[in-house]
Order: sequence, then C-alpha cells, then structure tokens
Amino acid sequence: MLVSLNWLNDYINVRDYEPDELAEIITKTGIEVESVEPVAEKATGVVVGHVVSCEQHPNADKLSLCQIDVGEGVLQIVCGAPNIAEGQKVAVAAPGAVLPGNFKIKKTKLRGEESNGMVCSLQELGVDEKDVPKEYQDGIYVFPEDVQAGDDAISLLNLDDIIIELGLTPNRADCLSMAGVAYEVAAALGREYELIAEKVEEGSEKAESLVSVEVEDPEANPYYGAFILKDVTVGPSPLWIQNRLTAAGIRPINNVVDITNYVLLEYGQPLHAFDFDRFGSDKVVTRRARDGEKITTLDDQERVLTRDHLVITNGDKAHAIAGVMGGAESEVQEDTNTILLEAAYFNPANVRQSAKDHGLRSEASTRFEKGVDPGRVERAGLRASELLREYAGATVLQGVVSYDQLDRSEKTIDVNTTKINNRLGTEITREEIASILERLQFPYEQSDEDFTISIPTRRGDVERFEDVLEEVARIYGYDNLPYTLPSGASQAGGLSLEQQLKRRVKAYFEGAGLDETITYSLTSEKQSTMLVSKEVAQQAAAPVKLAMPMSEDHSHLRLSVVPELLQSLAYNVARKQHNIAYYELGTVFISEESEVTKQPHEMLRASGALTGEWLSHPWQQEKKSVDFFVVKGIVEGLSDLLDIPMTFEKAKIEGMHPGRTANIMADGKIIGFIGQVHPKLQKEWGLKETYVFDLNAEKLFELYEKEEAFEAIPRFPSVSRDIALVVDEDVSAGDIKETILEAGSPLVKQVLVFDLYQGEHLSAGKKSLAYNLLYLDPERTLKDEEVESAHENILQSVKERHAAELRG
Amino acid sequence: MKERLQELKEEALRKVDAADGIQQLKDVRVEYLGKKGPITEVLRGMGKLSKEERPVIGQLANEVREDIAQAIEVKQTGLEEAALEEQLEAESLDVTLPGRPVQVGGPHLLTSIVEEIEDLFIGMGFEIKEGPEVESDYYNFEALNLPKGHPARDMQDSFYVTEELLMRTHTSPVQARTMGLKNGSEPVKMICPGKVYRRDTDDATHSHQFTQIEGLLVDKDVRMSDLKGVLNAFAKQMFGAERDIRLRPSFFPFTEPSVEMDISCKVCGGAGCSVCKGTGWIEILGAGMVHPNVLEMAGYDPKEYSGFAFGMGPERIAMLKYGVDDIRNFYINDQRFLKQYHKA
Repeated sequence: MLVSLNWLNDYINVRDYEPDELAEIITKTGIEVESVEPVAEKATGVVVGHVVSCEQHPNADKLSLCQIDVGEGVLQIVCGAPNIAEGQKVAVAAPGAVLPGNFKIKKTKLRGEESNGMVCSLQELGVDEKDVPKEYQDGIYVFPEDVQAGDDAISLLNLDDIIIELGLTPNRADCLSMAGVAYEVAAALGREYELIAEKVEEGSEKAESLVSVEVEDPEANPYYGAFILKDVTVGPSPLWIQNRLTAAGIRPINNVVDITNYVLLEYGQPLHAFDFDRFGSDKVVTRRARDGEKITTLDDQERVLTRDHLVITNGDKAHAIAGVMGGAESEVQEDTNTILLEAAYFNPANVRQSAKDHGLRSEASTRFEKGVDPGRVERAGLRASELLREYAGATVLQGVVSYDQLDRSEKTIDVNTTKINNRLGTEITREEIASILERLQFPYEQSDEDFTISIPTRRGDVERFEDVLEEVARIYGYDNLPYTLPSGASQAGGLSLEQQLKRRVKAYFEGAGLDETITYSLTSEKQSTMLVSKEVAQQAAAPVKLAMPMSEDHSHLRLSVVPELLQSLAYNVARKQHNIAYYELGTVFISEESEVTKQPHEMLRASGALTGEWLSHPWQQEKKSVDFFVVKGIVEGLSDLLDIPMTFEKAKIEGMHPGRTANIMADGKIIGFIGQVHPKLQKEWGLKETYVFDLNAEKLFELYEKEEAFEAIPRFPSVSRDIALVVDEDVSAGDIKETILEAGSPLVKQVLVFDLYQGEHLSAGKKSLAYNLLYLDPERTLKDEEVESAHENILQSVKERHAAELRG
Repeated sequence: MKERLQELKEEALRKVDAADGIQQLKDVRVEYLGKKGPITEVLRGMGKLSKEERPVIGQLANEVREDIAQAIEVKQTGLEEAALEEQLEAESLDVTLPGRPVQVGGPHLLTSIVEEIEDLFIGMGFEIKEGPEVESDYYNFEALNLPKGHPARDMQDSFYVTEELLMRTHTSPVQARTMGLKNGSEPVKMICPGKVYRRDTDDATHSHQFTQIEGLLVDKDVRMSDLKGVLNAFAKQMFGAERDIRLRPSFFPFTEPSVEMDISCKVCGGAGCSVCKGTGWIEILGAGMVHPNVLEMAGYDPKEYSGFAFGMGPERIAMLKYGVDDIRNFYINDQRFLKQYHKA
C-alpha cells in the first residue's frame, strides 16, 4: 500500500514528524514501512503559465513560438511539443528553475529566437512514465482551466509529496485504505481520527424505479447495493483526484473510473460502474456462472467461466466477474449517460478463486480476497455518488437498491488485566489498557480489572483474546516487555542417537577428505531414476512427481543423491577444478505406489562422488588418481567406524561401469553400491574417471549397536602366518578370504591381502594372491601344532573350494 | 722400568691424542695394549725384579694400561660422536619443501550454521526434532491455523504432489506433529531444522529449496517476555554480545501475537548504513505466541497451556554473517565456495 503523506495529512496531522521518524513509529507499532520516497525528484521554480499566443517558429517546422503569461509577466518560449496550443494552462520552468536531475533552466536562443524557459511534460517534472495519463504521454502536460497563471505547478501537481510504502501482512487488510491507515496512525501517535460521514444530495427520482437486485447465492454475495446516477458527463477528473491516484500508483483515466478508484483507495471498498444503458436490463442478478459460460472482460479477453465463479448478470448475460473485473460490453465510455454503481460484499474465498483461475490480481480483487469492512460497503457507494455528483455532473437517484444479508455486528471480547500481564510477562495497569483501547478506538466497558471490548467492523482480524493481547502489546510497545527466561521444569535437551550418528558420519567423511555438499531434492525426470541403488529401485514404483512443476529441471523427487553429486562435480570440472571429493547425507523419496496417495518413505542416504587426483605430491613423484579402491577404502572405514560388517558383490547397475561396480551388503541385504560411473555417462557430464558410493544411512543407523561393555585387550601373543595362493583369475579375493575365515575359525582373527600378482611367472589365466593371517586365542598362548593344524585345514579348504594351489 | 712405563704411557697418550679416526685408535690399542705390545713385554720382564719391586711395578703397569685404555675410550666416544654428527649433517633436509598432503574435507556452511544453532538451543534444554519433507496438507497448513482458502497460503505458494500432499513450505509441521504426540499434557521444548520448498524461481535472493529452523516451547504459563529473553540469549551468542534485539509486530497465522525480531546492524552499530538499508536494524527471524487454534488442534487446552514459537533461515543468517551475496551458492556446491567456510 502506497500512502501519500499529503493525503494522510488531510485526515490527521503528521506534519510535525519527519517522514522517517513517522515511518519508524508506524513500523514499531504495527506495520512495516518498506520505503519512504518523494513522489518525484525535487524540482523548483516551475509555475503555471497561460499560453497567450502560439505561432509557428519562423525557422523550424516542428517548433512553436509562444508568448506565455506566468503571472509576473509574459515570457517568450520556444516549445517543441506537438500538443501545445493557445489558451492552455501549462507548466513553465522559467530561467532559474531547477528540474529533476539538477537540470538548470537558462535563457537561450533556439533557431534564432529567444526562449526564456521551458514548457514541461510530466516526465520532465519527474513523474513516472507509467503514471502519466495517456493523452500527455507524448507531449506537455495541460492543466485544467481553473488554475491561475503564476501558481506553483509543483504543489498543484502534488510533486512535493512523500510516499511511504507499507508492507501489509494478510491480517491487516484494514490498512488497504487511507481511512484504515489514518486509524492506525492515529493509534500509533495517540491522535484523533474519524472517517467523515457522507453527504449526498439525492434527486427525487427513486433508484428502485429503475433497477432491482436479486442474489442467488447469499453466501458468496451477502450484500449487493446498486446506485443509479443519471446525466453523467464523462471527462477528466479534478487535479487533486488525479494527483492522489498517481501517488498511489494508479493511472488516471476519466472522472467515473477515477472516482471509483479514489473511493477504493479512500475506503478500501472496490466499486464498479456499469454503463446502465449498455447493461441491457433493469435487474441485477448475481449468481454462480454456468460451466462453460463466457464473458469478454474489460481487457478484451474472452474468459470461460465455471460454477466456482460468481458473476453479475442482467438476468441473462454476465456483465462482470464478481470482485475481479467488469465486462467490456457495459464499460463506461465517453458517451455514457447513466451509471449503475455497484457496492458489494463478495465472499473472500470466492473472489480469491476467480482471481486465481483467471490470473487477474487487481486492486479490487486483493481487497475482496482479504475481506472488506462490512460497515463501509454502502458508505463507499454514497461517497462515490457524492463525488460523481460534484465532479461528473451526475444526478444521484434516491436510495440504494440492495440485497442485504450482511453481518455488520461488532464482536465483543472479554479481557482481564491480570490475564494480559500473565501472558505478556508485564505489569501494565488497567488505566494503561484503557488508554490503549481508546487510542485504537475500540469501545469498551470496564469493571475493575475486566474489560468488555466491542471490535469495530473495520478490524475483522481481531477475533479473540489473543488478538486483543497483540493490539495491547504492540501499542504498549514490545521494547517495553522485560527479558525473562521460561520458568517451567527444565529438561536435559540433546541429540538423539540417530542425530549423534549423523554428526559422527559427517565428521568421518570430512576426516577422510570429502567435502560436504547440499543438493536439490527436486530433480529432472531423467535424473530422478539414474544411478539408483538396487534396494531402492526395488521398493520404488516410480519417482514421485510434482503436480505442477515450475521447470523440467525440478519436476521429480530424487531416488538417488548420486546424480546430483555428479552434477556438482561437472559444475566444478567445467570451471577447471578437476580434483573433487564430495559427500552428502541426503534424503531420497521412495513411494511404493505408481500414483502417489500416501507420503513417500524418506530414506537418508550417505553418498559420495570423487574424481581427479586423490593424492598429488609431485616432488617426491607420488601421484594417485581416485580409483575403485580409494572409494572402497572410505566405505570400509565407515564400516569399521560403525562396526557394521559390509561385503561387496560384483553387480551391474545401469549407468555404472559393468566391470567396476559392486553392491554393498550388510546384514545379508543390499544397502548400497559402489563403483565407477559408466564412461559413456562420464562423457555426458564432461567428467574423467569418476567413482561413487551410495549407502542406506537409515539402515546403517538401525544396525548400529552402541558399545556397552569394554572388551579386554588380549594378553596372549598372536601368531602371524603368510600364504600365497595361485588361483584362476576370476576367483575373487573376497571369496577366498571368506573361506579362510570360515576354515580358520575361531583362531583366525584377521586376514589381509598383501600381494596380488599376475604375469610371466604364472601360467596364463592365473593369479597369485598372498594373505597374511593372524591367529589368536584370547585365553592362552597358542601352540605351534594348533596353528599348523588350522593352517593345514585352511589350505585344504581353499583347494577344495577355489582350486587354489600353494604358490611354490 | 718405571721410566720405561712412564715413557710408554706418554707415548701412547700422544698417539691417542693424535688419532683422527677410529682405525687409528684401534691401531694404538693393538700397539700398546695388545698381547705383543710393549707393556705386556714390560710385564714379562718382571721376573727379573726383586720381590719388593714386583708389586709396585705390576701396579704401575696396570695403572698405565688403564690410563691408556680410558684415554682411548674417551677419544673413541669423541670420534664416534663427530662421525655421527658428520653423517647427520649430510642427511639434512630442506625443511621448506612441501609435505605429503593429507586430504581434508569439511562441512557445508549451512550445516555449520544449523549445528551451531542446534548446540546453542540444546544448551538451553531444547531437543532436536525432524519430520517428513513431503508433508500432508493437514500438518503443513490446517494444523497451523491455515485452513483451505486462507489468504495467507498465498505467502508461500507451494509445490503440491497431490491435493493432499506437498513439499513442506516450512518446518512448522514438525511442531504440530510433535505436539500431537503429547496428549495435550506434557511440555514441549524443541527445535526443528530442515529443508523446505516454495514455488520461487531461483535467483540471487530466492531459492525453491532452502533451510529453516523453527523452535517451539509449550508449557503452562509461558509468557511473551520469555520469548524475548530466549531470543535475546540466542542473538547475543550467535551474533555477538554487543548486539541488541528488537521485536516488531508482524503476522503469522500460527502465532498471535506475532513479531519479527531484528538485531542491531553489525556494520554501523545501529546508526544506519547500506547493509541495514539505513534503519540500523536487520531482520533475523519471525516469532510469536502459539496461536490458540494451533494448541487446540494439537490437543492442548489454550486456557491452561501457552507457548512461543520462532523460525529463521540459516541461509539468511549465513548471508548476513559471512556476506554471501547469492543464495544459489549454497546449492551449486562450487568447491571454491565450500572450502572457504570449513572453519565457519
């Protein structure tokens, strides 16, 4: 809401405050002032001039040579505007004047003729192009007849005004009007204000003899008032109305439209003027539109309606979408003679629906949507009638023809001084409360500590004790509230086990050299199904998609964090940062339904993606690129940290390198995958060799067992033995390890691969794997024979199961 | 013979002194103390001596032997040390050459901020609660006093999945869910951080996904001054003891009264500058007393219970605290951005 201080000052004196000071007070008591700006950049020395004569410049086709009376004398001025003419009253910047942009006006000669100043357009005086009336957009501004030569043009055009912009929250619809703002400022400053009663001189003819009103849906339209105004002369509205509209950011059009807009700004009540002769009947019927019914609105758009939309009809044909926009057919035009003026109360939800469906958010719909003051609907019609009589020559027919089921009753709310203080933590006296209610102009009855308050209809947002509490608190001042701490029983607070584990896992990854990322949960359809771990893919029927996405890039909920990480990697690589190691603890969204009806399962994943060099220490000739085993080491470290055994099984996953990918298993189930991104996909992302991992963190946290008891450090020595085995090259090291552990149980505690060899000393298709085995009995020292026998057993088993030969 | 021994001793000590290598020293040892050495020879000739002289000379010979042996030992230790020193000198490194790098990762700036806020409220006895990001219309809106058709739903145009499910637009549903589990009788003291989503086109100041942290305290006799006290403690710890706070009236459907909290501008100290747009204050969070409808819907009797709630955006806090000027930085994951804030 743009508030003109000149206008506001007509209602309530605010001149004794600096605009910034006033803004601060308004902000602290209730409504945030977003800006304080002059309506136009400063200009001085501009006066009204009367064009006494206007002739063609002798030496230039497009220039006029004018003699202009500026009150103190007549000046010769050369003017280039196409619309200048003898007899006009115009804005003249005489020599010595300063226009916006610090443009100083001097005496000059143009094509041989002396020019003592400049005739100004509104734009030259600092008016925003969008606020300039159409007829003056390409030329100078012409004042109405009634101004005097020599008058101060800046003040006549209200260009010395200051505009404060209010950032209104949805509850404060009462301040969508100058009257509402005046009530608010009066309360903030502790001053008096009251909206003046309307005085309409009505003619003898009765409105009801010309029109009747019928309402089919009282819930959508509890009040409809029709005023009839005859003998209207459509023309420009008076300057002061134009100025106030301009200050509020509304472009003046003609007196009828301007007056309805003016009352909208003044009272907060939208009105609509129909050309009654073009309305096509003598009855107004408001009803829900029929599905498929059509109307051409003022903006010349044909709109298709549904039962959700309320329309104003002539009993047959729709002439307006209620509260949103009028129809083109009954639009007020230059030749309009009789006006049907509508002042109505439309159901906020209904207007909201119509405005939304038709993409028409207007000054009017905004106010209806938020609820107008039931006490001011009819009054606004009277106010507009009064102005139309005065400024459009209208004859106001007697009475308003109305349908009226509108609830105008004032709510009463009981409050108690102690209760207020208990809730605020204050010690406000009942006298102070009484004085605050008076400032708010909330009538009340008091008995000691108790107040019964009547809430004026303009404050529809005040509905219960807590709302009054807020009114009292804000006028009392939040600055005056003490600082206290909650007095209730204290609780320990803290992190749940899962939250602690999350932090631990993050710290682990960071210690392991990975940077944490946060990526978007909403992704493209394509990316939403890419690089998904098998157990997720099995559970998810389809990725969850948005009903109405804003872009294709963010239309679906992800089933994997990995593609998002790859996107981040690609972003960096494209910017010449080639060595990236990222991880994220992020959610994926799994729905078992192909058409979602229930909330999807939100599963926490721990995912990572690495590319480029892992270690680079050039002067010692050490250099290592990220490879499968770098990433596997990171995952194994996590397995150790959480003490959750994990195994790796070669797997094929779409988008992954078919020979370098594994499922990760824990507790007998797949919990994720690891491997190299498929070279084709790498190329698409512009990535070199890139390795990823993805783990079901939710499952890991479930499997995690907090260490409860201390395990003694073994007191007896362990025995270390090595074996080198020759096997076929497709036998996996992990399988052999499993066999060793099983056959060596319970004495073998640890099995480590320390060598892998393939080459000339072995026959083709064979490889040699060397393991270091650790034998231990925590209860006693092992005897050589025991180890020997266990070792034999192991050799026997690997021979049987993997055809392994001891390497000679 | 005495003289001969004395002579030998002096001669040997001179040679020890002159030795400049371990080998030379060994030669001296063999020469004088060996079985064929002159001292042994002297001892062999003792037979010719009188009974009285024998022990005297014997003792003297032993003393000479010991003196020489000791001198050799001292000299040897000295020579070994010198040799070691020489060797170590030869092994010296250029300590200014770079070390073998250790990969160090770090947390995302938003995580740092969220955890800092979490820890701060944990210290005040709050618990951390989390909830679903795909939320029901009921918990996201209705349970928070935002019935269907409520104009304030416009403030946060949302991404719907179905008519009843949407990407949560704030973390407040977690409050409604947590309260709902208490049967209207237990106090609640919690904060809930998380991702939220709104229909915004991503630009420097808007992001369709962002982070929020909300706090809630419900108990008997909670006062608005308690809210002010808790927020003040938070602001001073988070932004510095010298910062002041102020509350301004505002509106949220789920609180009444509703306020916005500003902190005094760090840059100008409250005098007004471009950072605070001349006001001296910077908006940090929204807060208020829990709306009675919200308490009622969660099963609490608003006559008996009251509470306060507050909500803030870690992105905004990060932008203010570290001068980050584009919200997209938090989600693009440019390594140069991420690495900058690992100490934050």
